Amino acid sequence: MDLNYGPEYDVFRKQVRAFIEAHSHLAPPSADRAAQPSSKAVEWQKLLIEHGYAARTIPQEYGGYGAEPDILQSRIIAEEFARARVPGGLSNQGISMFVPTLLELGTEEQKRRWIEPTLKGDVVWCQGYSEPGAGSDLANLKTSAHIENGEFVINGQKIWTSTAKQADMIFCLVRTEPDAPKHGGISYLIFSMDTPGIEVRPLKTMTGHAEFNETFFTDVRVPMHQIVGQRGQGWFVANATLGHERGMLGDPDALENRLQALIALMQEERLGQGRAIDNPVLRDRLVALQAEVAAMKYNGMRILSNSLRGEPGGMAKLIVKLQSCELAHQISALAIDAMGELGILYHNSPRERDGGAWQWNYMFQLGLIIGGGTAQIQKNIIAERGLEMPREPKTADMARQKQGAD
Amino acid sequence: MDFGLSQDQQMLRDAVSRCLADSSPLSHVRECAERDNPLSDQVLQALNDLGVAGMLVPEEHGGLGMTLLDAAVVAEQLGYAVAPVPFLASQVLAPIALRDAGNEEQKAHWLPKIASGEARIGVAISETIEVRDGAGVSSAAGKLNGTALYALDFEGADAYIVADSGSRLHLLGAKASGLEAIALTTIDRTRSVGELRFDGAEAEPLADDGGATVARLRDAGRVILAADSLGAGQAMIEKAVDYAGQREQFGRLIGSFQAVKHMCAEMAAQHEPCRSLVWYAAHAFDAVPNEASLVACHAKSHTAEVYRFVARTSTEVHGGMGFTDLLGLHYWFKRIGFDRQVLGGPEAVRAEAAALQGWTKAA
Ligand SMILES: Cc1cc2nc3c(=O)[nH]c(=O)nc-3n(C[C@H](O)[C@H](O)[C@H](O)COP(=O)(O)OP(=O)(O)OC[C@H]3O[C@@H](n4cnc5c(N)ncnc54)[C@H](O)[C@@H]3O)c2cc1C
Repeated sequence: MDLNYGPEYDVFRKQVRAFIEAHSHLAPPSADRAAQPSSKAVEWQKLLIEHGYAARTIPQEYGGYGAEPDILQSRIIAEEFARARVPGGLSNQGISMFVPTLLELGTEEQKRRWIEPTLKGDVVWCQGYSEPGAGSDLANLKTSAHIENGEFVINGQKIWTSTAKQADMIFCLVRTEPDAPKHGGISYLIFSMDTPGIEVRPLKTMTGHAEFNETFFTDVRVPMHQIVGQRGQGWFVANATLGHERGMLGDPDALENRLQALIALMQEERLGQGRAIDNPVLRDRLVALQAEVAAMKYNGMRILSNSLRGEPGGMAKLIVKLQSCELAHQISALAIDAMGELGILYHNSPRERDGGAWQWNYMFQLGLIIGGGTAQIQKNIIAERGLEMPREPKTADMARQKQGAD
Repeated sequence: MDFGLSQDQQMLRDAVSRCLADSSPLSHVRECAERDNPLSDQVLQALNDLGVAGMLVPEEHGGLGMTLLDAAVVAEQLGYAVAPVPFLASQVLAPIALRDAGNEEQKAHWLPKIASGEARIGVAISETIEVRDGAGVSSAAGKLNGTALYALDFEGADAYIVADSGSRLHLLGAKASGLEAIALTTIDRTRSVGELRFDGAEAEPLADDGGATVARLRDAGRVILAADSLGAGQAMIEKAVDYAGQREQFGRLIGSFQAVKHMCAEMAAQHEPCRSLVWYAAHAFDAVPNEASLVACHAKSHTAEVYRFVARTSTEVHGGMGFTDLLGLHYWFKRIGFDRQVLGGPEAVRAEAAALQGWTKAA
């Protein structure tokens, strides 16, 4: 067990700290939930890239900083920004999911065209995967693209498309080979949200905001080269992206920050004579959550060490999405309980606390338990891939069995 | 930066694991559990041959001078095998107590004997955590009076280290006059616990350090109990997954039923981060003193909750078979139950964690 990053990293850490100290006044407020980044957030992002604190390992020719990958440096940056409670670089589906996918599987031209404006916040992406009939069973998607005059012509509907209303571009899964097997006939297309034939209808969610949308496609024409990977390989390309999404949803620093905010809240809120934290039941729950956050923090360090050694993340990694999203939700739940009757206030009510952030989080984090592969799907993955338990009999097998029985 | 076990620690783990697989199969555990004194000389001897007894004894006293993380690696394997051997008190707490608070004579007398396996010391500090049934020990003029419940590694102990109500430690021989030692029967038949009644029993005090050593013993003990549960839980998860991959109902392996699969996935998802938490807590005991007590509390209380869930869920996956004596799954279930209660149940430990952070108003 050696928790020292080494002297060369101490120097690096000092640099990061000095940068944060000198520039934090330029940072946008961390509560910025807008899909289209504010000009302040865009300027901050550009400054971070320039100094290598965002897009650090992305090659310069694509608009990144171009440092050699060094997991510990990346880790130090994340730690120091979290510690200073200063927002790090932009995080959205374009940056966290699309860019890594393009780096892995895009053509040279695509990388040059899209990565830089995405990193700099000039182009916002949405993810067009889920459909009314294809959620957990994503490969069941029906939105089709046939070829006409050298173009893809897309018809169909996506749903739960986060930020579609604000997005400039979409990365979208469509069925290009209707006769191929379920997973084999899908392609990964990228196109502008201004393309004629796209209609976006905001879907108000339980939070009261419209974080996602329905997206309809009627004869949407997309040039043939706007495909990532080959025709029919979209499932493979999409799975590369989903891996990045699950990484994004399990950030130990984010949990630690939520916990610190909860501790502060419980020390400030007064319930009757005492503070919320003086109530032994609430305090017991707080300490229990603190232990769980600690466990996830050290689990994260273990994953980090595994990757430094070039070993796969294994079970430690497989469980992160499930455990972190649940834990984040529990932290918000306790915050609301600690507020007691004040916990009902929302929608900019007088006496509302923290701008309703805890209520919003409590609800939105339930969305994150569902989105990006539901908790149940995560458990299937943990059981089947992690524990190598017998797979579910496939519907096809069951149909065959049924035929045999008839 | 390397968060994990060193090469040496991995070798230690593998060696202890092999040793226990050979010396302590379930048939032997069962044999021991059915005796009055469950502790197994055979398994103890096998572990001593590996040097386990001297792990925490400093080198100048004939031991190996190892760390609590090394001891936690062993504890995990003991839990995994539900090994009926003394360990927590006699090979972890007693050497730490003597090392940190013993005088030169006490160290020179006892530590080499602990390291060689010649002597075993039981430890009773429960009353510094919670007083029940009017227990508690007072000391005056080198004599002890009162009762200490839950002396750990009780049977076969040559001496006991006992905390008095002022959190000062005392050492006395098992045969000291004025000491009555009464075995208690616990649900976990792989451990040995007893009650010590003192009636003017003569004892030697360890250093008067304002309770510092007792606090260290609580931390170390909690980490070792957490590690024991980690191993026991690992075994219970493996057994559930194996069973679900063999047992058929409705023409299918039960492991292909999603309800069963999800029970196993939930166990694994809760279990996995505990490993890192226990490792860190053990590491902190020696290397990060300002965090050691808090993270020991976290490790103890969190594993108590997780492994209670694992213990019942693994049993459920086994159906009626899980409930039988024959299968022996209950040895793990009970071991986890013991680990949960001893040195503070999760609520008591969390209250302590809150106090450590200044979250509790002085009453
Ligand atoms: C906040 C939020 C943001 C989202 N953003 C996007 C986005 O930007 N782009 C996008 O494409 N999608 C997005 N989604 C969609 C998300 O990926 C899907 O909601 C998710 O995959 C679940 O699909 P579903 O809603 O159709 O539920 P269903 O798949 O119908 O699931 C309903 C219930 O059945 C369970 N279930 C289904 N199949 C199984 C199975 N095999 N085993 C066990 N249980 C099963 C599920 O766990 C769930 O409890 C978002 C969702 C949310 C909540």
